Amino acid sequence: MSSTAIPTITSAAPVSATPGRFGIYGGRYVPETLMAALLELDHAYELAQADAAFHAELDGLLKDYVGRPTPLYFAKRLTETLGGAKIYLKREDLLHTGAHKINNALGQALLARRMGKQRIIAETGAGQHGVATATVCALFGLECVVYMGEEDMRRQELNVFRMRLLGAEVRGVASGSATLKDAINEAMRDWVTNVRTTFYILGSALGSHPYPTMVRDFHRVISKESKRQILEHEGRLPDAIVACVGGGSNAIGAFYEYIPEPNVALIGVEAGGRGTALGEHAARFQKNGGGIPGVLQGTYSYVLQDDAGQVATTHSVSAGLDYASVGPEHAMLHDSGRATYTSATDAEALNAVSVLSRTEGIIPALESAHAVAEALKLAPKMGKDKILMVNVSGRGDKDIGIMTREMNLSGAAAQKVSA
Amino acid sequence: MPITFPNKPGLVIYLTAGDPDLGTTRDMAIAAIDNGADVIELGVPFSDPLADGPVIQRASERAVAKGTRLTDVLVICKEIRAARPQAGIILFSYLNPVVRLGMAAFATAAKDAGADGVLLTDMIVEEAAEYLEAMRTNDLAPVFLAAPTSPDERLKAIAENSRGFVYAISRVGITGTQAELASDAEQLVKRLKQFTKLPIALGFGISTPAHVQTVAGFADAAVIGSAIVGLVEKTAAAEAPRAVGDFVRSLRKGTTGA
Ligand SMILES: Cc1ncc(COP(=O)(O)O)c(C=O)c1O
Repeated sequence: MSSTAIPTITSAAPVSATPGRFGIYGGRYVPETLMAALLELDHAYELAQADAAFHAELDGLLKDYVGRPTPLYFAKRLTETLGGAKIYLKREDLLHTGAHKINNALGQALLARRMGKQRIIAETGAGQHGVATATVCALFGLECVVYMGEEDMRRQELNVFRMRLLGAEVRGVASGSATLKDAINEAMRDWVTNVRTTFYILGSALGSHPYPTMVRDFHRVISKESKRQILEHEGRLPDAIVACVGGGSNAIGAFYEYIPEPNVALIGVEAGGRGTALGEHAARFQKNGGGIPGVLQGTYSYVLQDDAGQVATTHSVSAGLDYASVGPEHAMLHDSGRATYTSATDAEALNAVSVLSRTEGIIPALESAHAVAEALKLAPKMGKDKILMVNVSGRGDKDIGIMTREMNLSGAAAQKVSA
Repeated sequence: MPITFPNKPGLVIYLTAGDPDLGTTRDMAIAAIDNGADVIELGVPFSDPLADGPVIQRASERAVAKGTRLTDVLVICKEIRAARPQAGIILFSYLNPVVRLGMAAFATAAKDAGADGVLLTDMIVEEAAEYLEAMRTNDLAPVFLAAPTSPDERLKAIAENSRGFVYAISRVGITGTQAELASDAEQLVKRLKQFTKLPIALGFGISTPAHVQTVAGFADAAVIGSAIVGLVEKTAAAEAPRAVGDFVRSLRKGTTGA
């Protein structure tokens, strides 16, 4: 793909004229029916941001209900096994509901309550955002409807039960490949229809303005904490931070405070799936992988698509990374070179689950295992005086079914740990 | 060519291009024009039609599965233009296929194909600078959507930036048929009329001759989408142009200028 083949839709538009831009990416590309609601949300979010009482309530709940701060843990055995950089794990897997997603779900639910919206909708891929949303809706007594692709309902069945137990209605989506993208389409259709009464709690740093900014802000706490913690542990910043990238929320939260720190490498890990052909992966930034700037679900960012502009199907063993586009701020960080994006295959992620489980007693979510897989490649190439931080975005309980099927766990002794 | 509505109300007929196939879409468009359609909206099928209800979703999915591309839609646009020089033709698309082709290249190709205007479902006025420039350069009419939820200042911007007509969405929601027209509709058209002398076409949920007559009472044109696409879905390809023509005639019947 030559650079002239990349169409930009903003060349004639003064970028600063529209809000929610990350370089040329982002913006607001939605049906007009939603615009009043997006402007209302933008305004309410601005007011909340400036309101100390909002932050006090959010911080209080993050501490007492969600379990923040999460530890930054030195993974000694893993470090010794790999023989390179010191590895620290940011333990978002220890949060209530089992993943970082609740940082954002809680923030948006508080906002919904301020705005007087009684009905909440959400989409979910791996089910973690759905569970987090169902949880905060139970906490605040809000009605909750979660859209989930039928394929994802099948592979993340445990989370479907959890959402239902929490009182949410889970609506299966059969269209397209019945995964995250299709769930977002259906959630947006619901929102267009019920926009006057409904708050859409979007689960990643995606969608039209103000979502990418708002979701990032709610996850920024990850890097705020980790920066303080690594200074306590080591007296200096890490050399590199690794996070998996689905829509990009845990990664942007883990990166954000380090963006102005030029000596900290930021590495996002996409789903390499089972091959490099279009449809076999979800690596939007992979060269010649089919990821090209375009508009999907309200924002301008990299989109896996064919040469006619039809959005491609994707594959990943991890439902949370199985998505054709990526948050617009990552698109900007990619183009500027401030962050680099690699990928881990299904097999590499599954291997990383084994390694982390057996060396540290931590079973990561399949999404997070992609970040761990990159650490397994990277740490041995770094000197022992280097520091590598890995964001463990979630725990693997939800994936036990897939792991059991994919990893041949019956003969545990036969399963060798290879880094 | 300027878009005009000689009949009251005007009839705008939406077709998902490539369903059941491109040749049939062309023939259905011509049949619709011959039976009283003033404007044809040629819908470019898209993999993720998030503003559409199940009927147009299914049509879009079928057309995408057949490999229908934006450039194919431009080819039948040209054929329809050649066959019926007097009719209005609007290209109706989600943004991404247009972005993939490139906005300027798209506009030039649309002009060359004889289109009169363009409607982009997920393009709002604030983001439209490059789009409007491309439309202006090629003398194409940008048609924006106006929604019942749009406050007056947005309606003003929508009206001022539209050419040809303004597309008023009859209700809060996605495309699809409904038994009765929403009460939102008349109010929205009235609000729009404060800001523009352009014709106002009302769409979403209009599916029967009775609806069309109701629309005639307060708007300039009615857009028929899901009712047509649903009819196409249950009709054999060879019969579809005649069925669409008959349906359009039934919509036209009872309105003035028939
Ligand atoms: C544990 C976990 N990590 C990561 C992700 C990917 O999302 P994001 O890229 O927004 O962090 C998910 C999504 O479901 C998840 O459940």
